[in-house]
Amino acid sequence: MEKKITVAIAGNPNSGKTSIFNMLTGARQHVGNYPGVTVEKKEGFSKYKGCEITFVDLPGTYSLTAYSVEELVARNFIIDERPDVVVDIVDASNIERNLYLATQLIEINAPLVLAFNMSDIAEQRGLTFDIEQLSELLGAAIVLTVGNKAKGKEQLLEAIIKTAEKNRKRRGPKIHYGTEIEDELAKIEQIIKDAEKELTARYSARWLAVKLLEQDSEIVSKIKDNSVISATAESIEHLKNIFRDEPEIMIADRRYGFISGACQETIKSTVELRHSISDLVDSVVINRILGLPLFLLLMFLTFFLTFKLGKFPMEALELFFNRLSITVAGFWQQGSESWLKSLLVDGVISGVGGVVVFLPNILLLFLAIAFLEDTGYMARAAFVMDSLMHKIGLHGKSFIPMLIGFGCSVPAIMATRILENRRNRLTTILVLPLFSCGARLTIYALFIPAFFPEKWQGPMLWLIYLIGIALAVICVKLLRLTVFRGETIPFVMELPPYRVPTFKSISIHMWQRGWLFLKKAGTIILAISIILWAAMSFPKPNEKLLKDVSPEKAQQLKLQSSIIGSVGKAIEPALRPLGFDWKIGTALIGATAAKEVFVSQLSIIYAVGESEKSRHTLREKLQANYTPLTAFCVMLFCLISTPCIATTIITRQETGSWFWALFQFAALTIMAYVITLIVYQLGSLFF
Amino acid sequence: MEISHRPLSGVKAGEKVRLVYIDAGHGLRGRLVAMGLVPGTILTVINNNRPGPFVISVKNTKVMLGRGMANKIIVSDTEVQNK
Repeated sequence: MEKKITVAIAGNPNSGKTSIFNMLTGARQHVGNYPGVTVEKKEGFSKYKGCEITFVDLPGTYSLTAYSVEELVARNFIIDERPDVVVDIVDASNIERNLYLATQLIEINAPLVLAFNMSDIAEQRGLTFDIEQLSELLGAAIVLTVGNKAKGKEQLLEAIIKTAEKNRKRRGPKIHYGTEIEDELAKIEQIIKDAEKELTARYSARWLAVKLLEQDSEIVSKIKDNSVISATAESIEHLKNIFRDEPEIMIADRRYGFISGACQETIKSTVELRHSISDLVDSVVINRILGLPLFLLLMFLTFFLTFKLGKFPMEALELFFNRLSITVAGFWQQGSESWLKSLLVDGVISGVGGVVVFLPNILLLFLAIAFLEDTGYMARAAFVMDSLMHKIGLHGKSFIPMLIGFGCSVPAIMATRILENRRNRLTTILVLPLFSCGARLTIYALFIPAFFPEKWQGPMLWLIYLIGIALAVICVKLLRLTVFRGETIPFVMELPPYRVPTFKSISIHMWQRGWLFLKKAGTIILAISIILWAAMSFPKPNEKLLKDVSPEKAQQLKLQSSIIGSVGKAIEPALRPLGFDWKIGTALIGATAAKEVFVSQLSIIYAVGESEKSRHTLREKLQANYTPLTAFCVMLFCLISTPCIATTIITRQETGSWFWALFQFAALTIMAYVITLIVYQLGSLFF
Repeated sequence: MEISHRPLSGVKAGEKVRLVYIDAGHGLRGRLVAMGLVPGTILTVINNNRPGPFVISVKNTKVMLGRGMANKIIVSDTEVQNK
């Protein structure tokens, strides 16, 4: 029988964690979320010497405190899931800082293997390690690796298997915190053992005592017994008096002391450390004058790659789906009214096809993002944009998804994965639909020329986009004041040295995102397409009515009698105050499938057909039926309300909760309604 | 405390200083400590251009801080403390 083992992969951001994960698992990966939190969970699988190994990639963290969701997720995974081995990926060229996380893994007595990654760079910098002795001191196997060149894979797997075989109960080295702290720890430990039986079953008493002295919020909140609380407070007071600083800092200090003690004898440096090339590049990239133009150029290239170059494969895919629907329709007789044909052609193929055509955009976008991240530029982008974005209350990196949002909200929401902080990420996701996407441009392109004189057309389009941006800024502020109140984002970030990205890591990244997207298109989006199709096709109008009418007229009648047509009519009283009639209402409901559907729905309602020539006819009809104010209100409503179902689904997927997806959907719809109502009512006073 | 203590934000690019104290709440302090900013550590200021963040080098890594944070980090001259 095969033995199954679970291996958690921990490590600092920028330690090359992903490259090791990819090296160990290849493309056999699964991406999801940790339950209940917007933190990405990557799992990968591998077989080695008869063992079936599941690798879990923990979030990249510097320590295991309770200050951030990411660190808590990593810590709780190790404590609760008890992986057979924890591999800590350590940047070998920067051992001291990287081992801080290792000391905390030692504290929770995790079965530890250390991968000294990027050992080639360490070697270039003249660092030599006495692996045997260091391994002895740290109580963990140490393997030298070079993740992006797949070096050290066998040795690492070997060390994993060996460590898994040892009993978990083996004791690792003990970090000594100094007599004063140790005395207090012993006191608290004793009290906890008696008073908190439940907790000590899950955690070691010593670890709990350390966390209490550190005032770890999660552990503090779990303590119910008053004697423990008062003993802790006493100890902290006592230690503060001795050290004139928080015990938390002293404990951290001792951890670094433990590290430097271990490293002193075992690591030799023959060359003075420098970041020569990185420094040189940085003098340009984060330069006060050159930094911003360079950033804008790179952003322009990203956008260009995603949407301009992406247009060609996108058109090819559109053509493919067109052909496919013609072929499928060909199975039936010309003019057949089979509902199965309609389901396949109008429901399945056009629904899924309409979403799958975005695949090239998504692949290209993630190609660009992976490149920017792997080279180390992304951290600099945050640096350059930080002063602006910080004023809004967001991280510098949020700029990138927002920019992508002008193309399409779906990849933009996926791109928020570059934000490590969960709150930043949620805020960004929630407001992203307000960045007017390309699909909505088709609506503006229909209405603006129809209602506004030529010289106003350009400014009008700008105005719409600006309203979206302004609303997004206001919403971020509001979210920060309400839902995400009190969350200041401490802006501390490492600027990793520049690196040459590898083809393998970039392609794995691209493939994962693309696959996630396709999976959604194949499941939920397919289901919703079918529901919308049914709502648009049933019930059918009386057969007699359809006789001897033009195909356009027949389509119009069908839509009117369908569920969507009825709903459009039913909600007309609610839409009246916005200046909308049932026709616009019907088109708006249809447009939840995708915003560009709004235009084709209107064409059907006005029975004009869908060719370019008919677009003129449609504009004439619109002019005859609506005022410029109504036209503006339609655009405003489309701008603010959720762009499409795919956005909601992706939000659900990326946040890991229906709550946020539905919250976004509802909040945007209500906001669209209220703002349009105010604008229309005030506007009618003047126009 | 006869040694001249000052906030990190006032240190010019290229200067080396010793960290004395971090005047901030739990969350921020914990984060900074994990990135190697413990009292006694030597830091070098790399970039101090206004406006915009602050770049320092600590334990062989470059770390970018918000300006507000640089105000809360109290440092002293390296030489004075060494005596």
